[in-house]
Amino acid sequence: MRAFAELLEHLTLAPGRDAKRALLTRYFATTPDPDRGHALAALIGETRRGAAGPAMLRALAASRVDPVLFALSYDFVGDLAETLALIWPARDGADAPPRLGEVVDRLAATSRAALPGLLTTWLDASPAPVRLGLLKLITGGLRVGVSAGLARAALADFSGRAEEEIAEAWHATAPPYGALFAWAEGRGPRPDAAGAPVFRPPMLAQALPGPEALGEDLTAWRAEWKWDGVRVQLVAGPGGRRIFSRSGEDLSAAFPEILEAMEFHATLDGELLVLPPGAPADAAPSPFAALQRRLGRRQPGAKLREALPAAVRLYDILFEGAQDLRPLAFDLRRARLENFFATRHPARMALSALIAVTDHAALARLAANARESGIEGLMLKRAASPYLPGRPRGEWWKWKRAALTIDAVLMYAQRGHGKRGSYFSDFTFGLWQGEGSDRRLVPVGKAYSGFTDAELAILDRFVRAHAIARFGPVREVEKTFVVEVAFDSAQRSTRHRSGVALRFPRIIRLRRDKPAEEADTLASLLAMI
Amino acid sequence: MPTACDWLIPRPEGLYCVPGDFHIDPRRAVARAVITHAHSDHARPGHGAVLATRETLALMAARLGQGAVAAGSQALAYDEALRVGAVDLSLAPAGHVLGSAQVVLVHRGERAVISGDYKRSADPTCPAFAPMACDLFVTEATFALPVFHHPAPGGEIARLLDSLRLFPERAHLLGAYALGKCQRMIALLRQAGYDRPIYLHGAALAMCAVYRALGVDLGDLRALPAGRAVAAGELVIAPPAALADRWSRRLADPLPAMASGWMALRQHARARGVELALVVSDHADWDGLLRSIAETGARAVRITHGPPEALMHVLAAQGLDAAPLEGGGFAARREEEE
Ligand SMILES: [Zn+2]
Repeated sequence: MRAFAELLEHLTLAPGRDAKRALLTRYFATTPDPDRGHALAALIGETRRGAAGPAMLRALAASRVDPVLFALSYDFVGDLAETLALIWPARDGADAPPRLGEVVDRLAATSRAALPGLLTTWLDASPAPVRLGLLKLITGGLRVGVSAGLARAALADFSGRAEEEIAEAWHATAPPYGALFAWAEGRGPRPDAAGAPVFRPPMLAQALPGPEALGEDLTAWRAEWKWDGVRVQLVAGPGGRRIFSRSGEDLSAAFPEILEAMEFHATLDGELLVLPPGAPADAAPSPFAALQRRLGRRQPGAKLREALPAAVRLYDILFEGAQDLRPLAFDLRRARLENFFATRHPARMALSALIAVTDHAALARLAANARESGIEGLMLKRAASPYLPGRPRGEWWKWKRAALTIDAVLMYAQRGHGKRGSYFSDFTFGLWQGEGSDRRLVPVGKAYSGFTDAELAILDRFVRAHAIARFGPVREVEKTFVVEVAFDSAQRSTRHRSGVALRFPRIIRLRRDKPAEEADTLASLLAMI
Repeated sequence: MPTACDWLIPRPEGLYCVPGDFHIDPRRAVARAVITHAHSDHARPGHGAVLATRETLALMAARLGQGAVAAGSQALAYDEALRVGAVDLSLAPAGHVLGSAQVVLVHRGERAVISGDYKRSADPTCPAFAPMACDLFVTEATFALPVFHHPAPGGEIARLLDSLRLFPERAHLLGAYALGKCQRMIALLRQAGYDRPIYLHGAALAMCAVYRALGVDLGDLRALPAGRAVAAGELVIAPPAALADRWSRRLADPLPAMASGWMALRQHARARGVELALVVSDHADWDGLLRSIAETGARAVRITHGPPEALMHVLAAQGLDAAPLEGGGFAARREEEE
């Protein structure tokens, strides 16, 4: 538990992916089984959560601490688990915290009624940093920013094996992943899925640098819409069913209606979408925001499932039965997919249609006009491409539709994190609303990226020289700096003051040449929805 | 029961000793001031005459300029007795920073001790806090909540050394208050066997020069060379405010760290943007405060420089007369003032 608590603290403060990755790698290398496996499961959220809630923590506090002192302290610290961890009266020489493996095992075997007693024993035996790790683990509030993808990258560093290999072996094991670590250290065989649902690292596309990358002759290419959903892998067979995200996160519980429809033995690649209620599986999907609402629920209720029904648009087939189709050319896999679909007709699924493209002019028109709901652009796949994990160059291209842009005025700025800690690099921008003396700027979004280092230096200098007010870490600036903001789409939102939410906004150009009065209006943005 | 030491009264400009006609750590310029230590929230410029330890006078002169210590100023060694008006005055070690002192006042058989800032944990750069028996104890209260239990500094130093080993490609930029914390961290690092050069921000370097002149050995210290890309794998110490400053851009991919009692709280560490939070404080923690108050045997306690409520709650239950030192200089302490 000691090493895990220290890892949690470091992860909390580590700003970037690389730093977190190095911390995880070292932890795996220096921590024995089964603790490191339990830690891995806890970090990516595969452990039972929320064994204890706030009420239990308050009761524990009341058992040991003067209520006035606890109230004063909680008021000052602001976090219940942290207050309790810090204020817990240490026993002399108490420095024998439980092992993480012991904590996980005993939590699973302890009733709710017996939990406070067990927690008291552990808190008494642990120094403060360990107490905090323990309470965060038990209340399910880790929040240290470790995704399955990041953990996999760290395991790859740790073992010297490719991430793709790690992914397949990982999903063939369960917490605490003893066999996975044995294999990673060269002490055991590669874990074999043996019929269990296994995640296969997906094939990803690169951004098309320009139409010339496709060559003159387009007959070697296949085109599909790039659907604006979440890329998923559906794995089903005698060993079980799973829905994996593109990074290998298990989404099964969040989309039970899809899981139910997976009555086959195959591994399929597709796009998870939300459709209007009652619409057929091949209908135009709802905007991305609808899917986001579903993703926010780990276990959606019947009402939400009815209002926002999920569906999958199928792109590819990786396995049919036990047969690995990945070495086959795209055209052959597509034929297998169409055949599979025609015989099985899985509910809630539809094929992603192939679009006929004859010449470059037609292709450019398609890409430019790909603006219907639920479409992000075009995918171009080489007809002869095998299914290769990762992002192989020249096999698959994505041609995103041109971004939308607005000219907006900088309103607020905040310092960045990590390497950018000394720069104001998070910017809130706004657009004009109203007429005459009522004309004022309304904040419409935040951007953290898009600019070059040189442009960031200019923005940072502007903020420092033109700040007019400070609210904690935030600076309000003079409303004189116009920036061109690109974004993928705009949607109506009741949660934003402006009534509109931008998807992936970034600052692509500084417009010092433009007077703030000539920046765009909110009305012009609303027209882009 | 009459109020203990009613000859010591809080005034808007600071705590005033009537029979001695002087102020202790006044916030505004006064004719005669006794200064506990050289931190800016205790040692202000412009007093007519200052009484303090030799070390505090030297540090004040370095911080505020020679003019800050007027000609009529006087140095007093620890435990040396001095009669000022109708008061017997002496200074006792407070263990806070080099030169820091408690002010011991005796008048008509009544004893008052003004602690200034103090701590109870080990510090190689200054003599340890000496508990002084008294009737009235004026205590600081920076960390006067039971959530504050400062860990042993050796363990925190070990964490810093560990990080230097784990990220050898990054410069470690340690935020530490330029007077006191900086030199203590250096001394603790040297004790732990770290003998590489340590690079310093200008403000910290100036204070280290005074420490050296006063006989505190800090090993190989260097100014940060001009130009970019300094010191991958090296340790750089700067005042906390310089961490997020443009100054830090001179370093190669710096790993921001901070040594402060506030680092015990995650939100403070995160708000500072540090990756390594070291809980090393020059102030007494909760247990240190309670233990020190008990060791003085004081029946009256006045609380300043921090939240008074928790101490008042506990001391009242022990039957002591505990209250905030009204107007005597209580102000929410800024984090940099550690
Ligand atoms: Zn101080």
